[in-house]
Amino acid sequence: MAAKKMNLREKYTRMTRDLAWDFSYQRDEDVYKQMTMEGIKIEDWDKWEDPFRLTMDAYWKYQGEKERKLYAIIDAFAQNNGHLNVTDARYVNALKLFLTGVSPLEYMAHRGFAMVGRQFPGVGAQVACQMQAVDELRHVQTQVHTISQYNKYFNGFQEFRHQHDRVWYLSVPKSFFDDAVSAGPFEFLTAISFSFEYVLTNLLFMPFMSGAAYNGDMATVTFGFSAQSDEARHMTLGLEVIKFILEQHPDNLPIVQKWIDKWFWRGYRLLTLVAMMMDYMLPKRVMSWREAWEMYFEQNGGALFEDLARYGIRKPKYWEQSVVEKDVISHAAWGTFYNYAHAAPFHTWTPNDEEMEWLSAKYPDTFDKYFRPRYEHWAEQEKKGERFYNPSLPMLCTTCQIPMVFPELDDLALTCYRSSEYEGDTYHFCSDGCKDIFDNEPEKYVQSWLPVHQIYQGNCGGATVEDVVKWYHMEDGVDNREYLHSPDRRNWDKWTKKATEEEVPPKTAVG
Amino acid sequence: MQIDIKTDNVEPIRNTFAHVARRLGTDKVASRYQEGTLDIQSEINFHYRPLWDPDHEIFDRDRTAIKMEDWYAFRDPRQYYYGTWTIARSRQQDSMERNFSFVEKRELFNSLDDEWRQRVANVMLPLRHLEYGANLNNTYITAYGWGTAITQAANFAAMDRLGIAQYLSRIGLVMDGNSGELLDAAKQDWMESEAWQPLRQLVEDLLVVDDWFELYVAQNFALDGLMYPLIYQRFDQQMAAHGGAAIAMLTEFMVDWFAEHSRCVDAFLKTAANESAENKALLSEWARLWSARAAEALMPVATMGVGDEGFTTMAELQDALQTRGQKKAGLDM
Repeated sequence: MAAKKMNLREKYTRMTRDLAWDFSYQRDEDVYKQMTMEGIKIEDWDKWEDPFRLTMDAYWKYQGEKERKLYAIIDAFAQNNGHLNVTDARYVNALKLFLTGVSPLEYMAHRGFAMVGRQFPGVGAQVACQMQAVDELRHVQTQVHTISQYNKYFNGFQEFRHQHDRVWYLSVPKSFFDDAVSAGPFEFLTAISFSFEYVLTNLLFMPFMSGAAYNGDMATVTFGFSAQSDEARHMTLGLEVIKFILEQHPDNLPIVQKWIDKWFWRGYRLLTLVAMMMDYMLPKRVMSWREAWEMYFEQNGGALFEDLARYGIRKPKYWEQSVVEKDVISHAAWGTFYNYAHAAPFHTWTPNDEEMEWLSAKYPDTFDKYFRPRYEHWAEQEKKGERFYNPSLPMLCTTCQIPMVFPELDDLALTCYRSSEYEGDTYHFCSDGCKDIFDNEPEKYVQSWLPVHQIYQGNCGGATVEDVVKWYHMEDGVDNREYLHSPDRRNWDKWTKKATEEEVPPKTAVG
Repeated sequence: MQIDIKTDNVEPIRNTFAHVARRLGTDKVASRYQEGTLDIQSEINFHYRPLWDPDHEIFDRDRTAIKMEDWYAFRDPRQYYYGTWTIARSRQQDSMERNFSFVEKRELFNSLDDEWRQRVANVMLPLRHLEYGANLNNTYITAYGWGTAITQAANFAAMDRLGIAQYLSRIGLVMDGNSGELLDAAKQDWMESEAWQPLRQLVEDLLVVDDWFELYVAQNFALDGLMYPLIYQRFDQQMAAHGGAAIAMLTEFMVDWFAEHSRCVDAFLKTAANESAENKALLSEWARLWSARAAEALMPVATMGVGDEGFTTMAELQDALQTRGQKKAGLDM
């Protein structure tokens, strides 16, 4: 018998949607319990357009091939001491930020997509989410396996799991993903698939990967490239989700718009860490944060939101503020980490002369005026053997959990403070964006595990900075503090046969 | 690429991550399974209670009645992390691809007589819906379970089940030349035929089991532990005797998969059962309860598949599962 030709769509329908059936022994609302909690109305799950039609056999074939290649390169990298090919050991600190801050989020994405992959009633949506769930497991594991080599030679990687759940600045990425996973399934997808993967991914994943390429880190480049085809699938899912929800019912628009506003701002604030990495942590720079924001958000993002205008979606609230802040946030963040280098498991340093020139050129309106004088002062102090460490604890924004370092829109020299009252208590915020998010769901954000509050409440190992650093599992003088005085730098100089310059003995006391 | 680096003085300062070293008891070189698995899930300081389950944390040990001192005592005997899992499956799919084209090219289904051909369609094709249920159940365990050791294995199982549902669908399409009629008929049976209703009810009931470990036992030990041997051993043997060698080629994945999957299920159950008398009692009760239901639900399918021997076959399979539970999974059955 001659087999009938089936087109891809028909075949894929047989392989996915056709597997489901209408329940008669259980009620839909008992199998899919989260479907109505957010007020999103879905009339017809069959209208879901599968963003990519991938059956499991094809998935295994492609992914298996990619994994074989990737692990061959990781093995070769280890065998050849590939970590010695990076531009400079300062670069490795960008990877520390990545492993402690980003890789655990890949894991959360893995679990979060499994949750929605179980909770959505439509098989098309289920399968797309389930594939992303297992992809995200791939990402966290390939990252751990790649960076494993760096962990063997540099300090600050070894406690990434312990630290992600405890260290002050890591509550920024952790609270971001906890926020998404603790929301309902539609908000999760709007937050992660759309706002993050689709709108902002070029500003998270790619800066790290390009940074790796520019700085001779072939292992990281390899997992980055290898993840790219997965990411492409995830991005198409992000756009499909938004269009699907909006096409299903007009009542969904205001809910989705509110989520887009919230998650744009949440994601943008998280990217402060990336901005700092791009401008300060790469010995060989790819582009400035300002340039990246202009290209990937102002231009590409602008075009996307024009496209979505036909659904009634407008640009996220407060996007104008992100444009003003692009001249400031990376510097404010690096300054903060410089201040608190004794409490973070990576090293900081002041930019050298050449780097200062680059920063002046990239930020003509702000760098020389606001930031250069600080760095020059700190560099001077350091030369005198008085490297500055800030002994106080900063006030954190209740929503994004970043210290209050962001400026007022109309005066970049002024720090922005906002606050709200809720049930007799006052809560503080870094911006109108973060205040709005709190005001919309105060009962959620009053639960925030704010590291500074937790330290004051005695939940972090003790009352002194030394106690807290110990509780973070950081070895003082090894994992933290100034790069110039670090064992990482001494080892690097030894391995690369550079003559170590005469060192200024590090000050051990904070302050 | 030539890399000219003198490596004589480049000694590592540590061998693995600190949380892995604490578990291994010493800082020694760890496997990729260990580095990719141990402690990878967050356990404390969650920021917000889930809106969808305010009584629990985002991940919460209390989502099951099973108690473990250490949830990383579970060890997948296959040592699957994403890389090893997907590479293993890509090999299997390669072989399945060859099998499908062999069967199609030689039109091997023609050697099956009409009665048996119909029987294959009747017995095997509706099971794609059961596989889809198993996919959802293992996705549930992935989502709400505790500890990467178990949840990642459940995620692989979930995707494996989707793969098996798709292989079964392809068998249907190969058999009717892509008309889809056999799959439609199988779905109608699944929905309406009396013989399939107990099984469909069981699958739907599993979709609302709340305790993820109970669901693990019910799906992966009890139901699979009876259904796979029934279909892919007993029924398969009968088919082989009636010219069904083609079917054996197209179910190679399922046969290999079940053997491998069971090793992992047994290892996990044994670890949990050995932890405490309470765990053992609970797991045993779940295993008894759900295997009794599964046996009952599979009875009409067994009759369809192996005819008069259905009853004795199911009794034998139940005995075999009981032995497996006692000997390999550490249960009282």
